[in-house]
Amino acid sequence: MKYIIAIIKPHKIDDVMKALEEVDVNLMTVSNVLGRGRQMGVTEVYRGTKEVGSLLKKVKLEIAVNEDFVEPTIQAITKGARTGEIGDGKIFVLDLPDVYRIRTGERGGTAIG
Amino acid sequence: MNTGDTGWVLTSSALVLLMTLPGLAFFYGGLVRRKNVLSVLMQCLIILCVITLQWVLFGYSLTFGLDTGQGIIGGLDWLGLRNVGGQPNTDYAATIPHYAFMIFQCMFAVITPALIIGTYAERIKFSAFLAFTLLWATFVYDPLGHWVWGTGGWLRNLGALDFAGGIVVHTSSGVSALVLALLIGKRIGMERQHFAPHNLPFTVLGGALLWFGWFGFNAGSALSANELAATAFVTTTVATAAAGLTWALIEWQQNGSPTALGAVTGAVAGLVAITPACGFVNPMNAIFIGIIVSFLCYVAIAKVKSYFKYDDSLDVFGVHGVGGIWGTIATGLFAEKAVNDAGANGLFFGGAQQLLIQCVLVVVTVVFAAAMTWIIFKLVDAVIGVRVEKTKEIVGLDLTQHSESAYTLVD
Repeated sequence: MKYIIAIIKPHKIDDVMKALEEVDVNLMTVSNVLGRGRQMGVTEVYRGTKEVGSLLKKVKLEIAVNEDFVEPTIQAITKGARTGEIGDGKIFVLDLPDVYRIRTGERGGTAIG
Repeated sequence: MNTGDTGWVLTSSALVLLMTLPGLAFFYGGLVRRKNVLSVLMQCLIILCVITLQWVLFGYSLTFGLDTGQGIIGGLDWLGLRNVGGQPNTDYAATIPHYAFMIFQCMFAVITPALIIGTYAERIKFSAFLAFTLLWATFVYDPLGHWVWGTGGWLRNLGALDFAGGIVVHTSSGVSALVLALLIGKRIGMERQHFAPHNLPFTVLGGALLWFGWFGFNAGSALSANELAATAFVTTTVATAAAGLTWALIEWQQNGSPTALGAVTGAVAGLVAITPACGFVNPMNAIFIGIIVSFLCYVAIAKVKSYFKYDDSLDVFGVHGVGGIWGTIATGLFAEKAVNDAGANGLFFGGAQQLLIQCVLVVVTVVFAAAMTWIIFKLVDAVIGVRVEKTKEIVGLDLTQHSESAYTLVD
């Protein structure tokens, strides 16, 4: 099992969800986050005072998948989120030792989807 | 007694109340960080409560009461509104009930110390704020109001012109704010980062309510529903429009984008600048006053403040101090008797004398407000301590001064 974390541009979330549905990945957790990459954020100006390096608004997806779904999930996120410009984001893949479904008490691969 | 006049002045009183709360409260509230927004709203709300009582108990008598003889302060004849009632007072407003004049002026006394809170926002003890506000209203606003507006006041006798409070309200609060910013010191972390406003829509909303309420402030200061009120209404809104647009254009040229915060700041600066002049100048000169104030205030805030690095947190001096001083001097330039026979001619209409008087007015106000604010600050600091402890400042005033939070994280 893997735990996939993707940081993407906020306006690409709909495209990413559509691409994930096509490969039958429907469970996810989404949150608004702030961050910056190599472009070092944006510049904001308040009453003439420039604030360089402010954090950019991003969206974070967290998805737990069985091994068979790892590659399709990564492909789907990449397809949905890519614009080709700087700031498209990143995908992190982590090992996931265990999963429990709270309602039924199921555990491991059966609890994941 | 005139029912139209009475209706307009009472309506104007309510409009000026709206300027403090919610207008100024949200204008300032949006500019602070999330952890301090309630402290700002609370300070505006409590000033409304405390100064209203101060005013009816003794503030009104000190400011507008019969002069004690030297032109310095009003007597105690109107303590607790004694001898103030439904009949007009012919010295101030012959066609409306004395109560109507008194409560209209009450709202001015309320908003003036409320303007000051922007300078020490995010780091003052609530108890110290309360003590400072009460002392400042009594020892700065009340005497100055008497000098400029009270019958027998020495600046009024000198011929000083301040139609709606460019001196008494804005210059006094703005200069006091600068002194306070220097005395209380910078907010923790200011050297490392600039604090971004937490809710600019609040600030634009509050600024818009200020513009709306300002019609009561300026046009209401005619104290009649007549042509002078209409003049002040028109000059007020055209100066504001010019100032808001000018600020946005300056930013566009300087920084590449016109900002909402800049436009609303410019509009407030325009309102401030036209305040002393609104009943004495014609609308085309009002536009000019509005254009110039945005240049002056922009330089004060974006250049001078960042050069000297003082933390007038929400730019009370940069907007109200600089704007008020410019408006007061502009009155000495553009005032004309053709607009208001009870006024005077400024420099451009053959009255060099008036410009001199307006400059005296500015100097006296700056010196008086600065000196008194310094004394009051030192007094309150010695007795109560003005600034919150470092850890409390970091946690925020909402939680440490008021035990509440503006926004919950979980529904």
